[in-house]
Amino acid sequence: MELLCPAGNLSSFKMAIDNGADAVYVGLKNDTNARHFAGLNFTEERLEEAVAYAHDRSKKIHIAINTYAHAEQWDKWKFAVDAAAALNIDALIVADMSVLGYAAERYPDLELHLSVQASATNAGAIEYYQECFNVKRIVLPRVLSIHQVKQLARSTNIELEVFAFGSLCIMAEGRCHLSSYLTGESPNMNGVCSPASHVQWQESDGRLTSRLNNVLIDSYQPHEQAGYPTLCKGRFQIDSNTTAFHALEEPTSLNTLSLLPELFKIGVTALKIEGRQRSSAYVKQVTRVWRDAIDHCSSNMVVNDLHDWEKRLESLSEGSCTTLGAYHKSWQ
Amino acid sequence: MQYSLGPILYFWPKAQVEQFYDKAAQSEAEIIYLGETVCSKRRQLKMSDYIAIAKALADRGKEVILSTMTLLEAPSELAQVRKYCENGEFLVEANDMAAVNYLRKLKVPFVAGPALNIYNHRTLDLLLKQGMKRWCMPVELSKDKLSEILSKCDAIGIKDRFEVELFSYGHLPLAYSARCFTARSENRAKDNCELCCLNYPRGRVASSQEGQTLFVLNGIQTMSGYRYNLINDLKTMEGLVDIVRISPEAANTFEALTNFVHSNSTSLTAYETNGYWHQIAGLTPFGANLTHARVMS
Repeated sequence: MELLCPAGNLSSFKMAIDNGADAVYVGLKNDTNARHFAGLNFTEERLEEAVAYAHDRSKKIHIAINTYAHAEQWDKWKFAVDAAAALNIDALIVADMSVLGYAAERYPDLELHLSVQASATNAGAIEYYQECFNVKRIVLPRVLSIHQVKQLARSTNIELEVFAFGSLCIMAEGRCHLSSYLTGESPNMNGVCSPASHVQWQESDGRLTSRLNNVLIDSYQPHEQAGYPTLCKGRFQIDSNTTAFHALEEPTSLNTLSLLPELFKIGVTALKIEGRQRSSAYVKQVTRVWRDAIDHCSSNMVVNDLHDWEKRLESLSEGSCTTLGAYHKSWQ
Repeated sequence: MQYSLGPILYFWPKAQVEQFYDKAAQSEAEIIYLGETVCSKRRQLKMSDYIAIAKALADRGKEVILSTMTLLEAPSELAQVRKYCENGEFLVEANDMAAVNYLRKLKVPFVAGPALNIYNHRTLDLLLKQGMKRWCMPVELSKDKLSEILSKCDAIGIKDRFEVELFSYGHLPLAYSARCFTARSENRAKDNCELCCLNYPRGRVASSQEGQTLFVLNGIQTMSGYRYNLINDLKTMEGLVDIVRISPEAANTFEALTNFVHSNSTSLTAYETNGYWHQIAGLTPFGANLTHARVMS
């Protein structure tokens, strides 16, 4: 089972490799990838260094070119594919059909992974991408229960990559326009969700409020821990007559450690750690814990055996609170 | 310009659905989409019921399209989509690539629905070769983006080979989740939802702690809080859009349809928006001052 870790810069990249990642995924420094944040991502020069660092240590590097190409700037996505291919990277993570089509035709030997942003949640969609673009692996959206992942593994021969740890997208990725509805910028078009440029914090009368493009996302009492105003994790009222609550989702993050034995059994190819936007110290710690857990885990382990690793991960999670998300039916 | 009625996005009792299509049969809509696109637990109407309505509408001269589910997780849901694709009589709207996969293999033409991620000319070219005959663009795209895409289509010689449909009226389908937010709003899990969406024919409104309407919860679907309404933008659609889609609402759908067909401009209400078409935040009506947040009365 491959441990695939995130890196937003070269220092995180090295941390991930040094601490046990089998592969690391990165993005270019533009809006061709879904973590298009200021100060993040790789220039071509840095990418070259990263490729050498990984390959010298027999590790892999995947490049995410996983936003949807704008018609007027389609060549930007083409150049991103060309640049990645020229660097002898190990896999491209792509969502847009036109970009997949270009990569498959121009670079038939380049391994293609279907990005989570393509929202392929079923055997029919998977077959489409396999047959049309020879996609080798699919990154599953965080909407399937563990039982559904199991069913899918039985009905397709494609490699499955699942999200194991990190921020939790509660909507089917690639099928959420909530961010552009509030701010004009979205994951599909701009590679951002609830962009920092639209966030406003305000403190008055002891209350801290967070806004996104002037829309109140949450309001905190002094004793409450404030979180980044990702719009689906705000507190809202329903039909204007209830107390505000987390109508969509609490500010929790995903942690599937307790499912590790099950994921082994299913034959999942890769575990993905989310967080290209996180610090190198974070990448280092999370990578270490998951490396140890994977190395010690076997399909007959029970949840209690995983207790130590669980504890180490808890402190690294958003609001120190984690969930199994959609993998666990009761979350849905 | 042609006018269509999109699939009903909410969960209504069978009688209400039938009543709606009785009216639709007599309406000025030339194209009518039918079918459940949101949740496979919504089974007030079976496929045979939809086919019966489709036949009745076709007899009245309407072009009927069967719309298929968007978020497909269980093998049973996939099997259902396959049945719709293989119906052999009516055109199908694909809202997931699984449907596109079936339709391309059957070599039948199809409509690419708004939930497919089609953002450029080259993706359109690819789908054209697989049988797409009409494209209803993603709701977050603007007039300027559509212009760009179509001029690129022109450049590669495909602009006249498909129709363009625009979601122009109704609450916008914005997101799909494994979680049912309507069930959650009643403190239930999805497995134990008791089909509570039936109690909310308009969905449930989620608003900020300042009373600003943000979203409408419609089962696993999250919709725009404000109703999209491009009634005053019809002129700007000329040369770009072939079909204007009106999405059914629990009230006044046919009045809205009439307004569109006859270009009866009206000012938007405090709960309507046209932001996306103008390439601004979806909830901001064009021309409105951003800092002037609209608050529920």
